[in-house]
Amino acid sequence: MVPTNYYLILSAILFGLGVFAFIFKRNIITIFMSIELMLNAVNLAFVAFSQALGKLDGQVFVLFVIVVAAAEAAVGLGIIILIARNRQSLNVERVDLLKL
Amino acid sequence: MTPQLLIFFVLAALAVLGAVSLILQKHPIHSALSLIVVMVALAGLYLLMGAEFVAAVQIIVYGGAIMVLFVFVIMLLNAGIEEHTSLSKFAGPPGLLLVVALAGFLAATIARSTGTVQAAGQTGAMASTKGISSMLFRDFVYPFELTSFLILVAIMGAVVLAQREKS
Repeated sequence: MVPTNYYLILSAILFGLGVFAFIFKRNIITIFMSIELMLNAVNLAFVAFSQALGKLDGQVFVLFVIVVAAAEAAVGLGIIILIARNRQSLNVERVDLLKL
Repeated sequence: MTPQLLIFFVLAALAVLGAVSLILQKHPIHSALSLIVVMVALAGLYLLMGAEFVAAVQIIVYGGAIMVLFVFVIMLLNAGIEEHTSLSKFAGPPGLLLVVALAGFLAATIARSTGTVQAAGQTGAMASTKGISSMLFRDFVYPFELTSFLILVAIMGAVVLAQREKS
């Protein structure tokens, strides 16, 4: 039996790497992928707690998170296509209309 | 070391390596493939925890649908190698500090927890899937119906956003 702590530590590591990628990557598609990575890390914690407590609520929540992630991916990629069409670049540094 | 622990460490190493590879790769398509590795490794971990249904959904929806969408958009936009620009002078150091602070906070929280949270017994595969379905359609039926509405709105939003303006 794997202790629940191990899953939580792995979840924290993956979430941290997701935050790191979110802050330091420049390509907007990669930034979007790092959001998915963070959602996955949270899902892992949900399932780990569901197993630890012997209740299935966590697994049902994971399904809802996956549905929201799918909807978010569809809308977000539409926005990315719009940005690429309007700015001719995927670099977030080039999307600076609000910058002084 | 029990076989389960061994499988856990292999899959965990795979997931962390995939995430690190996502950060290090310069081309978005390589990052997307790294993310698929992470998702498949997580699906294996769900199987290890006895959450068969979540593992299947993870593979089908995340590894299948969402990542195909990502790869499709990367190829549609013909995304090239990430051009490197220097970090913002104002946002860079605080951002790095925040990453370190978050990692420290998570590590401290996990270290402070007693570490005696043990699994309360493995539920069988069929019992788990059966339990999820009865919860989903009994206790969570309104949220479940709302998700169909959410997906409908997302589909319409994506179509409206990505369509070409006719003029």
